[in-house]
Amino acid sequence: MNTVEEPEKKIARSAKTIESISGSEAVLKALIAENVKTIFGYPGGAIMPIYDALYDYKDRLHHILVRHEQGAIHAAQGFARASGKTGVVFATSGPGATNLVTGLADAMIDSTPLVCITGQVFAHLLGTDAFQETDVINITTPVTKWNYQVTDAIEIPSILAKAFYIAGSGRPGPVLIDITKNAQLQKFDFKGYTTCKHIRSYRPKPIVRKEYIEQAAQLINVAQKPFVIFGQGIILGKAEKEFKHFIEKSGIPAAWTIMGMSAIPTDHPLGVGMLGMHGNYGPNVLTNECDVLIAIGMRFDDRVTGRLDKYAKQAKIIHLDIDPAEIDKNVKTTIPVWGDCKETLPLLTELVNKKTHMQWLQRFKDFQKQEEETCIIPELNPINEVLTMGEVINLLNELTKGEAIIVTDVGQHQMVACRYAKYNYSRSNITSGGLGTMGFALPASIGAKFGAEKRTVVSVIGDGGVQMTIQELGTIMQFNVDVKIIVLNNNFLGMVRQWQQLFHDKRYSFVDITSPDFVMVAKGYHIEGQSVSKREHLKNALSTMLNHKEAYLLEVMVGKENNVFPMVPQGCSVSEIRLK
Amino acid sequence: MSKQEYTITVYTENQIGLLNRIAIIFSRRKINIESLNTSPSEIDSVHRFTIVINETEDVVRKLCRQIEKQVEVLKAYFNTNDEIIWQELALYKVPTDEIAEKVKVERLLRQFGARAVVIRKDYTIFETTGHREETEGLIKALEPYSLIEFVRSARVAIINASKGFHEKLKEFESEEPGTDVIENEFLNQQDEVFMM
Repeated sequence: MNTVEEPEKKIARSAKTIESISGSEAVLKALIAENVKTIFGYPGGAIMPIYDALYDYKDRLHHILVRHEQGAIHAAQGFARASGKTGVVFATSGPGATNLVTGLADAMIDSTPLVCITGQVFAHLLGTDAFQETDVINITTPVTKWNYQVTDAIEIPSILAKAFYIAGSGRPGPVLIDITKNAQLQKFDFKGYTTCKHIRSYRPKPIVRKEYIEQAAQLINVAQKPFVIFGQGIILGKAEKEFKHFIEKSGIPAAWTIMGMSAIPTDHPLGVGMLGMHGNYGPNVLTNECDVLIAIGMRFDDRVTGRLDKYAKQAKIIHLDIDPAEIDKNVKTTIPVWGDCKETLPLLTELVNKKTHMQWLQRFKDFQKQEEETCIIPELNPINEVLTMGEVINLLNELTKGEAIIVTDVGQHQMVACRYAKYNYSRSNITSGGLGTMGFALPASIGAKFGAEKRTVVSVIGDGGVQMTIQELGTIMQFNVDVKIIVLNNNFLGMVRQWQQLFHDKRYSFVDITSPDFVMVAKGYHIEGQSVSKREHLKNALSTMLNHKEAYLLEVMVGKENNVFPMVPQGCSVSEIRLK
Repeated sequence: MSKQEYTITVYTENQIGLLNRIAIIFSRRKINIESLNTSPSEIDSVHRFTIVINETEDVVRKLCRQIEKQVEVLKAYFNTNDEIIWQELALYKVPTDEIAEKVKVERLLRQFGARAVVIRKDYTIFETTGHREETEGLIKALEPYSLIEFVRSARVAIINASKGFHEKLKEFESEEPGTDVIENEFLNQQDEVFMM
């Protein structure tokens, strides 16, 4: 008798622990299990069941209603970049999902971990041109690390676990999960949520090969003029400390890409500045003079390398990267060090000799001096009364003491901000690096504030970019997001104008942009603000902005035809960098 | 580096949308796929793609890394023609009376190792397998005899040196990072590396 009864008991016990819930609820349970607290989104027809379920989860999941889905995804990017966590986005099918595409492309190229959940029409309507149906999976395939369409609620827990694992591990990236409306509504037996730790076809980290590390160390130890160039990989790998130990022990000068910025404090004695088209003079010129170039967590973007066949040809190249596809992609590597730099850097540090490279470091300082005379001093301390973007950033440094997160858009102001901003902490520079998405900064700064609530978030935007996503002032208003917005207004699409001046005989073709009264617009959203055009008012205006308890918009009227220098003209070698 | 024919063998999960993910890696770079075949592999759950392109070794290596980067791809190999055994299958439809009447055709078929799959009053379908030149040779030979229809399959290939995927899969299934190494042309060329 006993033997017959026992299995029945077992069934009764397990039945108690299994609850029947809807696919929508399973989505929210998954988010809670993944420790998600903030969602950026916008509701619509095909995602309504999820929003309906969200109504009961308001106390556990904070949903930020944006004004446009592009705003939602850029906000999630800002959140991820400031916090190091995965950003979460909700959007509906059709236009809701297609509005995410720019942000997905941006997150893909800048390796930002995101999980985007889009609603989709009922499974039986797929492919029928149903209302608000688009083939989201195929549209987003090239711009996602992974995407998947769920048509059966039973799949939801395991697919979301996979989504979070893929988005955040290895080289991070955006993941999109498209869930049909029937799956959102469908009830199923929820057996709990297990986070994903392994997918057999997915290798987030390549195996670390000691022999390469040994070779790299040997090469570094005999180098006379070694030079480190680093990217966002340090920040993504949370290896800031390991990196600092490495350069401090080896005494090697280090320059950052725009994405690697703030991985070490900008005033670090071995930090020699920014690489790239508008980077610093020394790092660019000396790339073509060093004997060993150590690239860490960076991908040799064309804006960094300039003309490839004249890039670091004299140097042996060591490339540390987590993504095997990056090695030898643009620049042939002498020694590839595959792996997570959090693991590889300490191994390398152990093997390199303690050294200083005073003479070599002095070369960077000499170039720095030249750059200061021709570019930096005129930008930061101009002699005429026209305001420059540089002096705004310089004053901002003085007032924030390098403590703030600075979110930049794309264009001249971005280059100036990244050239002159001072940072004390990692994850302080948030910008659209790879894709160059105008309109990124305003929504990204909203996300950054939610990702780092205790920090001051200043968003620096041009008059062109701010008008691309200006509707997000509504989000700032509704959720009382304390972001400081500086609009650097030169009444031009400045970067394009600069190129037209330098390379197209000053034929200013459609770069003359008219702006609304930004202060009035902000006022319409109940956001305080002011506009300044005189130097004597600038510092006060900046402190007023920073001391204001809520969001604030400060418009600064800057010189109309100022240019950003130095500059490596497109198609030129990094040695051909122009100071004017 | 000059272009030549490469056969790329990709072991993958069987997932909807993966074909597209792989295809766009080529189309994004404006590389034409000469032939693409998807099939099961020796392992139940593992799918196999065979892709033929004309490219330089450098480009093919980069493409394979981009393919392997896809979450649902287990492994991608690339090989030149002398490293693989490959076949393509072709079908030819010809009017039956032409064959019945003209002995020459029969001889042709023997010569090309073709076999009849269907024989009907009005038409006959022949099949050959072989390399591109062989299947193409038979078209040229059949053209004067009113070849009605022709179709050729994609290439299927087996890598000479391959030991199959069973052992590899075990590595992929274990949670530790696999022992799979990524090769670099400079490795083991220490002289080259340390010449300062």
